[in-house]
Amino acid sequence: MPDTLQTPAGHVRLGSNSGQPMTRRDGVAKVTGAATYAADNRPDGLAHAVFASAGIARGRVVSLNVEAAKSHPGVIEVITPDNRPALHLDPDGKSHPFSWRIEALQDKTVRYAGQPIALVVAETLEAATEGARLLAPEYETEPARIGFENGEAYDPPAVGIGGNPSFSKGNFDAGFSGSEHRIDASVDTPAQYHNAMEPHAIVAEWSGDHLVIDTPNQAIQMARGAFAGYFGIPPENVTLRSPFLGGGFGSKAIIVGPQILAILAARMLGRPVKLVLRRDQMFGPVQHRGATSQKLRIGTDGNGLIKALEHEATAATSSFDDFIEGAGNASLNMYASPAIITRHSAVRVDTGTPGPMRAPGEASGSAALEIAMDKAAEAVGMDPLEFRLRNYAETDPASGKSFSAKSLRECYELAAQKFGWSDRPLAPGEMRDENGMLVGWGMGSALFPAPMFAAQARATLRRDGTALVETSGADMGQGAWTALAQIAADGVGLPVDRIEFLSGTSDQPDGGIAGGSGHTASAGGALFEAGSNAVQKLADLATADPDSPLFGAGNTGVEAREGRLFRADDESRSESYADILERAGLETVDAMGSGGRDPANAEARAMFSHGAVFAEVKIDPDLFQIRVSRLIGAFAAGRIINPHLAKSQLTGGMIWGIGFALHEEGIHDLRSGRPLNADLAGYHVPVSADAPHVEALLVDEDDPYVNALGIKGVGEIGITGSVGAIANAVWHATGKRISSYPIHIDALLS
Amino acid sequence: MNRFDYIRPGSVAEAVAAASEAGAAYLAGGTNLLDLMKIGVVAPGKVIDITRLPGLDRIDWLEDGSVRIGAMVRNADLARNPAFSAAFPAVSEALLSGASPQLRNAATVGGNLMQETRCAYFQDPLSHCNRRAPGAGCDALEGHNRSHAVLGWTPSCIATHPSDFCVPLAALGAVVEIEGPDGSREVDLASLHELPGTDSAGGIALKHGEMITALRLPAEASAFAGHSRYLKLRERTSFAFALVSAAAMLRMEQETIAEARIALGAVAARPWRAAEAETFLKGKKAEPDAFAEAAQIALKEASPSGDNAFKITLATRVLTRALTLAAKGTPDRVPALPASVFTSSEGATAHA
Ligand SMILES: Cc1cc2nc3c(=O)[nH]c(=O)nc-3n(C[C@H](O)[C@H](O)[C@H](O)COP(=O)(O)OP(=O)(O)OC[C@H]3O[C@@H](n4cnc5c(N)ncnc54)[C@H](O)[C@@H]3O)c2cc1C
Ligand code: SF4
Repeated sequence: MPDTLQTPAGHVRLGSNSGQPMTRRDGVAKVTGAATYAADNRPDGLAHAVFASAGIARGRVVSLNVEAAKSHPGVIEVITPDNRPALHLDPDGKSHPFSWRIEALQDKTVRYAGQPIALVVAETLEAATEGARLLAPEYETEPARIGFENGEAYDPPAVGIGGNPSFSKGNFDAGFSGSEHRIDASVDTPAQYHNAMEPHAIVAEWSGDHLVIDTPNQAIQMARGAFAGYFGIPPENVTLRSPFLGGGFGSKAIIVGPQILAILAARMLGRPVKLVLRRDQMFGPVQHRGATSQKLRIGTDGNGLIKALEHEATAATSSFDDFIEGAGNASLNMYASPAIITRHSAVRVDTGTPGPMRAPGEASGSAALEIAMDKAAEAVGMDPLEFRLRNYAETDPASGKSFSAKSLRECYELAAQKFGWSDRPLAPGEMRDENGMLVGWGMGSALFPAPMFAAQARATLRRDGTALVETSGADMGQGAWTALAQIAADGVGLPVDRIEFLSGTSDQPDGGIAGGSGHTASAGGALFEAGSNAVQKLADLATADPDSPLFGAGNTGVEAREGRLFRADDESRSESYADILERAGLETVDAMGSGGRDPANAEARAMFSHGAVFAEVKIDPDLFQIRVSRLIGAFAAGRIINPHLAKSQLTGGMIWGIGFALHEEGIHDLRSGRPLNADLAGYHVPVSADAPHVEALLVDEDDPYVNALGIKGVGEIGITGSVGAIANAVWHATGKRISSYPIHIDALLS
Repeated sequence: MNRFDYIRPGSVAEAVAAASEAGAAYLAGGTNLLDLMKIGVVAPGKVIDITRLPGLDRIDWLEDGSVRIGAMVRNADLARNPAFSAAFPAVSEALLSGASPQLRNAATVGGNLMQETRCAYFQDPLSHCNRRAPGAGCDALEGHNRSHAVLGWTPSCIATHPSDFCVPLAALGAVVEIEGPDGSREVDLASLHELPGTDSAGGIALKHGEMITALRLPAEASAFAGHSRYLKLRERTSFAFALVSAAAMLRMEQETIAEARIALGAVAARPWRAAEAETFLKGKKAEPDAFAEAAQIALKEASPSGDNAFKITLATRVLTRALTLAAKGTPDRVPALPASVFTSSEGATAHA
């Protein structure tokens, strides 16, 4: 990894803060409770709102006992479609690619179980809760359509957010029929619900036509605009504060109905209103990962070279909006093949609309692709790692473009070596541990795109030798408060403890979206450039000032470090920021920055983070309980700003992979459509004992094209690869290929 | 809010008097009752907090060698009581395999016995459930029922009792001491939970207002201490209810089984004591075939109540394994992953 940077600001040194394994700057605030999450806010005069959830999945609300609710002591108001004030935007409209059709009591239709059908506002949470219960809704019920067999199929115009629903290159049929080895694989993935530790929450307060909202959000400025749109006020009139999120995983990037209802109630009542979702309310109006049913075919020649690859995915979405898990697209950029087909179809069911959930598309798609690859390796009789190396994509299989950087080979090598993969017997069912447990080893390749979002930042150098840096970043727990501050500090050439970093509210310049694993690259790039630009202004002052030791440095340039500028060609000549400002009679200099990606590079290159994950499972030979005893991954994701945080992100993703493979599953009753496990006793995610040994290794990667800082993302890639690796290890232990996640004991028993 | 009176009686007699009114419920650790109140499954008008009643948090060894455990002893305290876990290691193991440390710290002996089924339809007030509302029907019958009963069920109810603790207790002949409006009585733990009938969903065999004050284990129950295991199969390594479980306890005379105690968990509406299998093993050598046959006997009458035939196979195998492990002898200490198939050998730790 280079420790200096070619562009955009040659005079600023990167590396004294970035690259260091700093612990979370907000850690103490969090463990002492000083960090305020949205629901911790209690403005004077606060009222509490609880929404009543639909108990049917399809039909109409025909009556609500508003009287009973209203006469309950403490209840202030009951909002239903009958008295709900108008909104400026149609909740069923889609104003931009990130807007979902939401339920804001626009009518009495019920589109899924758990949909808000009324809002009760009261003096206390308890009164509002009881008020909502007293509404005792009655319905006209239509049969719920749940599950692929029962939903309504259609061809989706797009997958994910604006993604292509199909792709084709080469001649698949010819390639497949001419292949020596042909395999197919069917893999289903269930609905999964985000269930961040912090449920969705909002505190909304109006003064005149100004709105202040505390709500966890992954895309602060975008959300500000969206909220403003629903209420017909200019975005500047909205202050959105989201300094800490207790997890988001995609579900807090998009505005949801309950937030709008709380804001509406606050305006209607002229009081601040708080609404916090109960855990069971997380299983409806706030998105989920839609179920998929996937089919793959792979043909190879006698040497194990892939000749044809096909990946079809059917994804479930709601009856009224489209978010199609782009699972098939996981096969576009991973393995070389002269012929590739991906295709998506969709099925409308009576659940809430799915949305992006950590590694949307990629996680579900990789979970199926890696099983198919393993089957193909088995058909060829080749070691799964060797098979993947044989089909290593030197250029992007879909576009033919060069990669901006790809260090997957190094990932394979490092993780395989650490894991001890070379000792793996080819055939399944050959390994046992000292207790007689079946042992299996499996692997998967990990991949995630490296998108960037428009982002801006401001840096202000102050005469006291400190700097103020600002961007509306979002810390979902991933560590933006720390990693972004490290980049910002390098941008202004100061140690991190001499910068004041303001983030997490809409008062700051647009920090872009904390999603798509692109936040550090996007907001970080903006922060770095803002700092560089501010330092440049300082350098311009000094090099033009005959009284400065830097006078005349002009073309040879200066370097910024520890609050001083040094002549690049003569270290002995330097001057502090404070002195430069003082002589210029300035208190501060400031500058904006926007980071971003060179459009020429964006056009010419394919940009991805890569990784390889190796899993060991132990399975009881009679009882088939499964445990992932080791999970070791190596990842290459460009410049790592904070190895400590990056490893946490990757490890967290890998543990999510364990949950995807073995635990997570949103179960709906096929008749009523109601979720049957809408709490954390029933919706299982891994506990510590499920992840006894999870290790993420980092591979150095210098990516000169992805952006000026060479940063990719680490937030989501950890899931990809891991799920398939576990399924493949299960096969290697038992000889059984599974066809649906999560892998249940009964699937192995049969 | 949903109004209820909160009462903190000073004595058992006061508590029982307060509870005999309609709509009253005892509150112990609250880990089940409060959840059920929050989701609207129960709505008591009066909540009687019995956690501070004097004398109910004691573990007393009686002169006849039996042990009497107060109903308010916390699950964690009982499991970690050295004398208790030495005498009844499978009970400690079962307790420690249940829920999470936080829940075990709160949950009480009485509450654990009295906890409700985890049937999802029981927990959803909008679903039809005979157990919750007699005569309403049973939505589990044609619904999601992979974890439901394979023994002792009728179409009236196919729910299981979820307690781990109760499984070895049933096998060891534990007795429940009860105080009620009509005085004191005792019930065998194995029949505390009523099975469903043709027209009834079954439930807990306490009369309204009755309170569990203590649990007794007879002296002879400690004779199995040397060969006692609880094994719990689940799809997450910890903090999950059993898919099926088994308690196996043997009193060995050299290689021969002098007496066996066996019960299955999560297969029926009560902890399922397998008396016939116990009799079968009496006098047999501790050998794999005998264990497999005993397990077959225990599950002889099993039948799927839905999409759960696999549980019969699993239960047979879990019991066979539990017997095999018991025959090897009780480990010196409760394994780091109690009752888990992943710690069938000693020395393995939760974070190996
Ligand atoms: C997430 C979760 C996971 C769990 N996992 C497991 C598990 O794996 N294995 C397991 O065995 N259990 C598990 N449990 C259940 C747990 O063991 C029970 O909730 C607990 O034992 C109940 O005890 P309590 O004292 O909190 O009872 P409470 O909730 O106070 O009471 C439960 C019921 O018993 C009645 N009651 C309480 N005490 C008495 C008494 N002395 N006399 C008469 N009636 C009484 C109450 O009125 C109420 O109806 C889990 C619970 C949760 C929430
Ligand atoms: S199985 Fe029993 S508890 Fe479950 S719904 Fe049926 S009657 Fe109710």
